Amino acid sequence: MRKHWGSGVIWLLLFTMPFWMLAVGGYTELAARIVVLGLAAMALNFLLGFTGVLSFGHAAYFGLGAYGVGMTIKYLFPSTAAGVVIGVAAGTLAGAIIGALIVKLRGVYFAMVTIAFGQVFYFIAFRWNSVTGGDDGLTGWGRQPINLGFTTLDIQGNDKAFYYFVLALFTISVAVMALLLRGPFGRTLLAIRENERRARFLGIPIELHIWLSFVISCFFASLAGALFALVNNFTDPRFLRWDQSGTFVIMAVMGGMRSFWGPLMGATVYVLLQDYLSSHTENWMSFVGLVFVLVVLFFPRGIVGTARTRTVAEP
Amino acid sequence: MSLLRVEGVSRSFGSVVAVKEVTMTVQPGELRAVIGPNGAGKTTFFNMISGFFPPTKGRIFFADHEITAMPSHRRVALGIARTFQITEIFPELTVRENLRIAVEVASKHRLSLWLSRENETRIEARVAALIELGGLSAKADRQVSELTHGAQRATEIMMALALEPRLLLLDEPTAGMGDDETYHIVRLVRRLHKDQKLAIVLVEHDMRVIFNLADRITVLAEGSALAEGTPDEIAKSEAVQAAYLGKVR
Repeated sequence: MRKHWGSGVIWLLLFTMPFWMLAVGGYTELAARIVVLGLAAMALNFLLGFTGVLSFGHAAYFGLGAYGVGMTIKYLFPSTAAGVVIGVAAGTLAGAIIGALIVKLRGVYFAMVTIAFGQVFYFIAFRWNSVTGGDDGLTGWGRQPINLGFTTLDIQGNDKAFYYFVLALFTISVAVMALLLRGPFGRTLLAIRENERRARFLGIPIELHIWLSFVISCFFASLAGALFALVNNFTDPRFLRWDQSGTFVIMAVMGGMRSFWGPLMGATVYVLLQDYLSSHTENWMSFVGLVFVLVVLFFPRGIVGTARTRTVAEP
Repeated sequence: MSLLRVEGVSRSFGSVVAVKEVTMTVQPGELRAVIGPNGAGKTTFFNMISGFFPPTKGRIFFADHEITAMPSHRRVALGIARTFQITEIFPELTVRENLRIAVEVASKHRLSLWLSRENETRIEARVAALIELGGLSAKADRQVSELTHGAQRATEIMMALALEPRLLLLDEPTAGMGDDETYHIVRLVRRLHKDQKLAIVLVEHDMRVIFNLADRITVLAEGSALAEGTPDEIAKSEAVQAAYLGKVR
């Protein structure tokens, strides 16, 4: 009951955010960034928290989504929808292929190889100046209004319209992930996280299930990447780099990787800290790092995980 | 027709030969104990039957399927389930959740996104029956990591049973248990064997357990099959006594 109540509050905050964001010193684009990076962290956590597999290369799929949407709009057709579809397809396909190659690896080895594959895409984006814009990123394009037939959604000029476009996709994604985790398939992933050996000897083909989880996770990570490019009207090769992957892991761990909403909380804290601190100091990352260390030391289950344990312990 | 036929299997790790040309046949409904001094290769032998790793030599058949190099999850589908020397369960989940995952996988729902009400009811009933059979009713909704060693082991055996196996492999089911817990597990294993006519192969150290339960015993020593027979025959065998107590002459 309490859990439903918590979800209700989260949805209420998300759906009203543009209306009070200004009052608390924020702005609508900041709200969109929280939602998009929250989606990326939740996508990573599908794999990390609910399958027990650590990927340190999710920026690759996030970045492929971003470049997919940017390059589609710039070079192919000026359509936001087509861009998102192509970006997500590119990220998911790459995830499916790379996932199939690495699914037998475990633990640190898996994480290392995900970094290595991720860096491949970073260097392509960094070097291939004529197509990707190289170090400067892909510029000279922007999100396009979406024609829904009966009306046009002006996500180009209207910040609030864009926020609700992002939130709609976020809502669908979160609902699908929750559905996947609630059923028997989701429980096989938990089984793998809890005890791989037992899962294997229950007759679960471990590699297939980890691969499926990886591909699902990459799908939502590339959707987040596509949306992030639309937030910025710009893609940066650093979206693909390993430190971006690390950021997603930090968000998930900081928020609480055993809880469904934890990574969204982690992303919120991260984005707000970044936004506030980076206007005061160039070394904002060291403060974020400090917060991360404090959270890991004093709230090892993350912000949400700890809050939940406390409430359960109450009489 | 035999249920399990192991033909001259060997397994080496580098230059160490852990199991040397062991042959063994288990009939349907039989309870076979595999015993031997420490380092005799019992667990290695067990791991080859359950598919943890393949033998380096020899062949294994189960109900006329060759399973020598078959991956473990496919052996489970054929009807081989196992438990481990160190209990392997899902520690952060409850007994009921542990069993529920096993039942769902066994009823071929591992890729389902949701269950129909009918399936839901059927699965819940099966889980409840397993909890009852394992004597776990009082602990069903507790996290298994909080339970005693004996209750964890009972949970593991019930998870294996949830797979509706034709052959149950138990690797030292009473290892590290007190008398009460050992008694509980022995009673459970006997019930599965007598009431459900389940074929069981078990590795065990505790001689009381073995002579209490086994139909036949296979003795391994230094990787080879030293003797095979009924508990009485094994108790009288001089070769076996020599292997356990050291050579007399």
